[in-house]
Amino acid sequence: MSEGTLYDKVWDHHKVTELPTGQDQLFVGLHLVHEVTSPQAFGMLKERGREVAFPERTHATVDHIVPTGNRDRPYSDEAAESMMAELEENVRGSGIDFSDPDSGDQGIVHVIGPEQGLTQPGMTIVCGDSHTSTHGAFGALAFGIGTSQIRDVLATGCVAMEKQKVRRIEVTGELGEGVTAKDIILTIIGKLGTDGGVGYVYEYAGEAIEKLGMEGRMSICNMSIEGGARAGYVNPDETTYEWLRETDAFADDPEKFERLKPYWESIRTDDGAEYDDIVTIDGSAIEPTVTWGTTPGQTAGITEPIPDPDDLPEEDSDTARRAQKHMRVEPGDTMEGYDIDVAFLGSCTNARLKDLREAAAFVEGREVDDDVRAMVVPGSQRVRDAAEAEGLDEIFIEAGFDWREPGCSMCLGMNDDQLEGDEASASSSNRNFVGRQGSKDGRTVLMSPIMVAAAAVTGEVTDVREMEEVATV
Amino acid sequence: MSSPDFSAGEAPAEKVTEVSGTGIPVRGNDIDTDQIIPARFMKVVTFDGLGQFSFFDQRFDDDDNEKDHPFNEEQYRGANVLVVNANFGCGSSREHAPQALMRWGIDAVVGESFAEIFAGNCLALGIPTVTADQESIEALQDYVEANPDAEVDIDVAAETITYDDTAIDATVHDAQRKALVEGVWDTTALMGANAGAVRETARSLPYVPEADIPGDEA
Repeated sequence: MSEGTLYDKVWDHHKVTELPTGQDQLFVGLHLVHEVTSPQAFGMLKERGREVAFPERTHATVDHIVPTGNRDRPYSDEAAESMMAELEENVRGSGIDFSDPDSGDQGIVHVIGPEQGLTQPGMTIVCGDSHTSTHGAFGALAFGIGTSQIRDVLATGCVAMEKQKVRRIEVTGELGEGVTAKDIILTIIGKLGTDGGVGYVYEYAGEAIEKLGMEGRMSICNMSIEGGARAGYVNPDETTYEWLRETDAFADDPEKFERLKPYWESIRTDDGAEYDDIVTIDGSAIEPTVTWGTTPGQTAGITEPIPDPDDLPEEDSDTARRAQKHMRVEPGDTMEGYDIDVAFLGSCTNARLKDLREAAAFVEGREVDDDVRAMVVPGSQRVRDAAEAEGLDEIFIEAGFDWREPGCSMCLGMNDDQLEGDEASASSSNRNFVGRQGSKDGRTVLMSPIMVAAAAVTGEVTDVREMEEVATV
Repeated sequence: MSSPDFSAGEAPAEKVTEVSGTGIPVRGNDIDTDQIIPARFMKVVTFDGLGQFSFFDQRFDDDDNEKDHPFNEEQYRGANVLVVNANFGCGSSREHAPQALMRWGIDAVVGESFAEIFAGNCLALGIPTVTADQESIEALQDYVEANPDAEVDIDVAAETITYDDTAIDATVHDAQRKALVEGVWDTTALMGANAGAVRETARSLPYVPEADIPGDEA
């Protein structure tokens, strides 16, 4: 078993007791709530005559079903309106803070937590959402839970869990031009598989990770679950602290920052800590990486051939064959030149200010291909406002992108933002499952924000490094 | 340890020591929860009525014509043991997935491996997720396909799956087995009994202000 890692320390600090099942009862430092997975939990709470135990440690927003166009109430989609109304009633009746669209703070739950400073190192953070792993970027232990567990957390402030193993993933070296955090995590999942992380928590470390800003670290931790790991984290450091200082939690309260910093420092993984497994990846060898199939583990570098299912391990070959049929790709080809109909820049993986800045810098002076429907869905109202203050909206709009209101949007197609028929999308989101983006025949190619920008401009999956060369010639 | 407090309208969870019934095979690795229940069916505020949408997009084409899928086949009506392959239930944490399967009639899932959140969500509903090696699972799928009316018996405590003349040496994860067999899978009741210790833990954390911790009378 691991020893002396951040995971071990945060676990111990939050352990209340051992349950008769052998699981540990863990105190939850921050419970984030959204409209899709919580209503049934509030219902179960009421049925049992219980109240929310720690409303001050709970924070809600609306993201999955919220429209990204006209947001006048009532929403034109009746189902969405009723979910929103249910959430409002549940959180207001319980004294839970709610970043609603009128607050100017609404956004995707994994964007608003970090930007408001709700997310802090050394916390346990849960949400009825598998991408809760995002918050691990701050050195928190953060993981997704189901609705019955949401009921547990609402009622008791705790979750019942078993301790997992810790795998250190060390990404060495320096990233090449045009290579981003998204390419690192797609490479990791491609290498370790979609179930390689089952039973593990991932500690991301090494030079390439340490050099990333918080946005990049969030993109990586976000997709831990796509590799089967329920949680992933990066040890807190100066980069983390710089981000935290600017947030609502500490901007006006530097004393609080100084008071908590020793705790944050204390939960960092010790030198000489023991891991259950260590994997090393050469960061300098990573290319811009995209998916060719229908799981986030079916990835290839942009110049790499799509594998022949017959050459894959037996357990992967059937899935690969079905995926290639769905995606209409051939083994031996690369993904470069794959025609796309839609470019989606958004989601909890990649819709923060830095993502938008990088994409805008590429898009400036270029135009979206005539056959491509391109949209930018900022991760939060604050991201949107900050982007507009810098004029990024104008750059996107001028290039032919649709500039929308924040929400989960086409990442999972629970509002009007959906693929139609067999459209193919270049998407900065996290899942390329069949049907994920709202059409069962839709085809999703996952990639970084700048690769989405490049694909929007050319109308096909494009090696952004070559575009840059063209631009400078 | 104090015993669970059932005074707040909570009943003790029932013991799940065995599940018996006919099987239904759904083949393929990496079947994600978006496939088990597409997101558009989650625009609801209760889990009622989700059963009919299980595997919906695998079962129907755009014109609502039935496609080939075990959940459409008459021979598997009434089956309650779902037999799957590897990494079943990966992706989204949506409890809607096991809720839909449960409401369709599934009482236990047997497979090569499961995604963690999915297995946890099943446990919260009292549904065992039982694993066995690839060869045994594929043999069971073949058997169930050829014998849709034959009984499959899962003994959760003994960790075996029995059918015809075959007994599979299976695995039910330790904590899950204990929780199901002893009827302690309702974690709200279990953890609610430790409110004092929870407050103590909260107080020990430097980032939790005293004002956030409910009073001792709570």
